[in-house]
Amino acid sequence: MSKPKLHIAVTGLNAIDSPGPGIAVIRALKESLLFDARIIGLCYESLEPGIYMHELVDRTYKLPPPAAGKDALLKRLEQIHSEERIDVIIPNFDAELFSFIQLADQLKTAMNIHTFLPTTEQFEARHKVNLADYGKKHGILVPESKVIFTLHELYQAQDVFNYPFVVKGKFYDASIVYNREQATAAFHKISAKWGLPIILQEFISGEEVNVTAIGDGKGNTIGAVPMKKQYITDKGKAWAGISIDDNKLLDMTHTLIQSTKWRGGMELEIVKTEEDEYYLLEINPRFPAWVYLAVGCGQNHPEALVRLAMGEEVETWSAYAIGKLFIRYSYDMIVNLDEFEKICTLGKL
Amino acid sequence: MKIKKNIALSDTGFVFDPSTGNSFSANPIGMEIIRQIREGKTQEQIAEHILKTYQTDAGTFEKDYHDFLNMLNRFRLTENIQ
Repeated sequence: MSKPKLHIAVTGLNAIDSPGPGIAVIRALKESLLFDARIIGLCYESLEPGIYMHELVDRTYKLPPPAAGKDALLKRLEQIHSEERIDVIIPNFDAELFSFIQLADQLKTAMNIHTFLPTTEQFEARHKVNLADYGKKHGILVPESKVIFTLHELYQAQDVFNYPFVVKGKFYDASIVYNREQATAAFHKISAKWGLPIILQEFISGEEVNVTAIGDGKGNTIGAVPMKKQYITDKGKAWAGISIDDNKLLDMTHTLIQSTKWRGGMELEIVKTEEDEYYLLEINPRFPAWVYLAVGCGQNHPEALVRLAMGEEVETWSAYAIGKLFIRYSYDMIVNLDEFEKICTLGKL
Repeated sequence: MKIKKNIALSDTGFVFDPSTGNSFSANPIGMEIIRQIREGKTQEQIAEHILKTYQTDAGTFEKDYHDFLNMLNRFRLTENIQ
């Protein structure tokens, strides 16, 4: 029996040292046994490596930067849809998610483009700036944190937080700072890149463990795979990790998805202390860059997300392979100038 | 002392803790001791076996044995320590 063909647009093609999840998501979709995926890459910059990975990405189009807003995004998606007939869009960047969530209904009614995203309320509630309240509400340990807008507030916070503490951007980036000078430098560096506010967070010492999961929007966890970071880059990203058997982590995930009725992919970032306490550091409202490990463990989360987006009933996974490792690597592609020229000038390749 | 039930020990001496993802390498004697602890052998029974098989004395064995148990405990591979 032939598989249905789906045209799936995916963002996050920046497979760099702090990689976007796009390539991992695409690999998962290409391995689906249930549908054939034609992949339409959506990029923001001409040097995102995924643009040139033709074995994975069939066609790529440039999007306006997230700061341009949802109207510009919608207009561009209409253009792309007229050329490609998009069935499903999977956005993978925190910074663009808000616009996609806002446009989800419009995309469906006007163009029959399916998405499976968290609601605006779910997206906002788990935001770094609201995480402390979120933890209290759902009975989960969260490090003390404070949202600040000025250096003055940073210096005031030194009375509350003992060094070291963590200075975080509202979307990305985090630095552990050990003194006033480092805190000031981190404030300037992160706010220049990601804007304000900045989040200050208590530093919790322990092992970094993460979970990639998907919720069906009704409170059910379709799948969840916990991973321990084995090799961490200077940006704090896992360059290698291993799937682990940790029921406490899984229970925490199920509880969160159940109580929030989470819709879509998610990543939980957690620190496990020496005393076996689990502190939730962040909830990312999308798949992580290491989501392909879940596929390696027997749970194809991106495939499940596409099926949910298409309105199918998806059965839950109860098991996954433990002790599977992912080991990331970098790879130099040789790209002809004409390809680079096309994406730069025409906005598509 | 008990070795955690879910700890995997391969024939090459590779020890894997699936709950933490941590892995270790045990040498052949370490492997034998882990296996014997798992089988429920007492310290005396393990000592008897090691002293019969290897050229060592009871004092050295006892010291090394307790160092090894402390290490297993530190690496959280055990359920409790006697």
